[in-house]
Amino acid sequence: MTELLRLEGLTKAYPGVVANSDVSFAIGTGEVHALLGENGAGKSTLVKMIYGLVKPDTGRMVLRGQPYAPDRPAEARRQGVAMVFQHFSLFEALDVAENVALGMENPPPMRELAARIRAVSEEYGLPLDPDRMVGDLSAGERQRVEIVRCLLQDPKLLIMDEPTSVLTPQEVEILFRTLRQLSAEGTAILYISHKLEEIRALCDEATILRRGKVVATCTPRERSAREMAELMVGAVLTPPAKSAKPKGEVALEVRDLSAASPIPFGTSLKQVNFTLRKGEVLGIAGVAGNGQDELLLALSGELKSDPGMVRIAGRDMGATGPQARRAAGLVSAPEERLGHAAAPDMSLVENALLSGALRKGLVRNGFIDWAATEDFAAGIVKDFDVRTPGTHVAARALSGGNLQKFVVGRELSQSPEVIVINQPTWGVDAAAAAAIRQAILDRAEAGAAVVVISQDLDELLEIADDFAALNEGRLTPTRPVEGLGIEEIGLMMGGAHDMEVAHGH
Amino acid sequence: MIRLEKRPSPSRFWQVATPVLAVILTMIAGGIMFALLGKDPVAAIRTIFWDPLFHPQFADYSRPQLLVKAGPLILIAVGLSLGFRAGIWNIGAEGQYIMGAICGAAAGLALYPADSRLIFPLMVIAGGLGGWAWGMIPAILKTRFNTNEILVSLLLVYVAQSLLASMALGRLRNPEGGGFPGSRNLSRWESSANPELIAGTGMHWGVVAAFIAVIAAYILLQRHILGFQIKLAGQAPRAARFAGVNPARLVVLCLGISGMLAGLAGLFEVTGPAGQISIDFNSGYGFTAIIVAFLGRLNPLGILLAGLLMALTYIGGELAQLMLGLPAAAIQAFQGMLLFFLLAVDLLSNYRIRIAGPAGVA
Repeated sequence: MTELLRLEGLTKAYPGVVANSDVSFAIGTGEVHALLGENGAGKSTLVKMIYGLVKPDTGRMVLRGQPYAPDRPAEARRQGVAMVFQHFSLFEALDVAENVALGMENPPPMRELAARIRAVSEEYGLPLDPDRMVGDLSAGERQRVEIVRCLLQDPKLLIMDEPTSVLTPQEVEILFRTLRQLSAEGTAILYISHKLEEIRALCDEATILRRGKVVATCTPRERSAREMAELMVGAVLTPPAKSAKPKGEVALEVRDLSAASPIPFGTSLKQVNFTLRKGEVLGIAGVAGNGQDELLLALSGELKSDPGMVRIAGRDMGATGPQARRAAGLVSAPEERLGHAAAPDMSLVENALLSGALRKGLVRNGFIDWAATEDFAAGIVKDFDVRTPGTHVAARALSGGNLQKFVVGRELSQSPEVIVINQPTWGVDAAAAAAIRQAILDRAEAGAAVVVISQDLDELLEIADDFAALNEGRLTPTRPVEGLGIEEIGLMMGGAHDMEVAHGH
Repeated sequence: MIRLEKRPSPSRFWQVATPVLAVILTMIAGGIMFALLGKDPVAAIRTIFWDPLFHPQFADYSRPQLLVKAGPLILIAVGLSLGFRAGIWNIGAEGQYIMGAICGAAAGLALYPADSRLIFPLMVIAGGLGGWAWGMIPAILKTRFNTNEILVSLLLVYVAQSLLASMALGRLRNPEGGGFPGSRNLSRWESSANPELIAGTGMHWGVVAAFIAVIAAYILLQRHILGFQIKLAGQAPRAARFAGVNPARLVVLCLGISGMLAGLAGLFEVTGPAGQISIDFNSGYGFTAIIVAFLGRLNPLGILLAGLLMALTYIGGELAQLMLGLPAAAIQAFQGMLLFFLLAVDLLSNYRIRIAGPAGVA
């Protein structure tokens, strides 16, 4: 295997943080190379340097024996480096071919381009109709648009940033087949992920980053997932303990919940049904964009539904708003921390007041008890190990993981009867994620009913008693987690969007 | 190369320092403009900022004018700042000011020439209600039909101006005025007069109301959950919905309060310094108050200072026109510079400027 790209001593510092420090490794032609690390380990900065979005402070790169220093992505693409981002840069109101054309330097005429899109997508088993509107596509199909856009440039190195977070297990399998085919044809792939089993299944080599430094390189097939996780975190991990207590009476009942999505190109909820008992944890899986945000809004009360659709402890709360539901004992933590769960420019004290005012009794006759609010905020910071210089810093000054701990902590500290959380550990490091999951289970143990919406299947299987999946706004019947296989889960999540056909089953 | 870098938290120092810096920059740029007009810049700046308060000859007249002019500006700006903080843009305070004056004056004149201590309080209530009602029009249209409150409130200013003209010429015209447009003089009728409370200070009931409004708004924003909701809705609308804030209620409330305070300002003006409803009764306080609100960083205490400063540039500007023969347009340009520099240096509170050489060579 000949060497394609070599990184030598790449260093990049931002004010207050060294994102990458003396990073060196090499990728061979046709090699699938994993870049492993927790959030904030420096993976993104590193690939941004390779893709010409960020300039390294020191160090150099060598591509096919020639010095390589792209000053912008167009230059990187010209030299055969392509990248599929985690967050798609697609225009929903344009069709597939138009979106592809927008990413090209000199797009060919539309009809020719559409034919090439068809040809490439068939060759690599990624069926795609160039005439369809992107707004109508599933997340998996949108990813295919991005991949096909890259493949049209005939890349020598394809960088993929967390590609499977939006896919069902079946879709992941098909993506892997495509990637293996590319690798066999000599295209190197730099695969960024923190999902260890995937890396073991796909990658030839792995470079593990921690706090901006390369801490280990290994061959993933020869290591266990746990070994790699501990290299990544630099600590020994203990899985959370589930309670075996018998479940109590019904705490949350959702009957035929239908609601139009308030989000443009969002997914409306259709006839969602489930019942949750005290002490029970319901895990709701689903590919991103299948109604998770809408379900959280409908349960928190931000999206009002019709009377009778949501009952908390037997009381009809279907048409009530967030404060009435908090009064009835329901707390919620939305996925988006900055701007939804927390106000970015407000201090942690003010953000503690934001959702805690009612249940913590922080407001009397309309006047705010700031002393009590400060105590509440300080308690959250202490109990949930939020790393912050104080409670008076703005929420936006906290790292994503720390703010997540604060937001989840704020809700769990209100002695809730019902907890609804979307993506509880998104962007949180492994140790903090374990602590958050344990805190959720502790509340369940204390008698709270919990709904966890997550795209991390491992997380759901670890903490949930029951399992259901959202698929285009519909919820599958709930099933006990025990005895549930990954195949069944995949089918519950909606199959693979017709992808099997393409690979000639 | 100059780069802007976002601060992790807004700088408290610069939040206070930027208005001062803006005033200094305005003085420098304004001085250059005055010099280009062939006037002595130092004399011009001194005439605008110093003479109104301390000139041996004119100060006796101009010093009381400071509170007379600042009062309505502060009263209106405090109301506007609440809405601006919540992201609700009432640009039509001028119209609400006119409607407050018309309604208040009409309520009083309906009882003319009765003699009662209750007439003035009644007029105050009518004036507040008039402004409130005029603010409710954009509020209801926004909450019901999702119209843009900026456009609706602004256009209603022109409706109010037409109403003012028709009132001054019609229903409210002084029957003993010899056919001239304009109402009876309310400041000369004891029951409706809003006199100077302490001689030589310019202090009248409108100034008292402005001070009360500053204190009330300060407490509202610092201590009351409603003030918190206003700030939250402006900074993070989705977080506000998550917290259970009803956006429609805030729209009605903010437009209602700002309309009412503008209406009160109009009423105190028509019963005091202006004296009567006339065709050109409104003199732009409602629009200038927008500048005052921003100059004071939407903070009640800041607005108090900004209102006094703005009043000073008005009085000083008139003085400069009179004494140095500066054109009125130059004074307006000078006031425009103040807002321009204020908004320009505003970014220092959230960003820091880094001056660096070319980025490191890889």
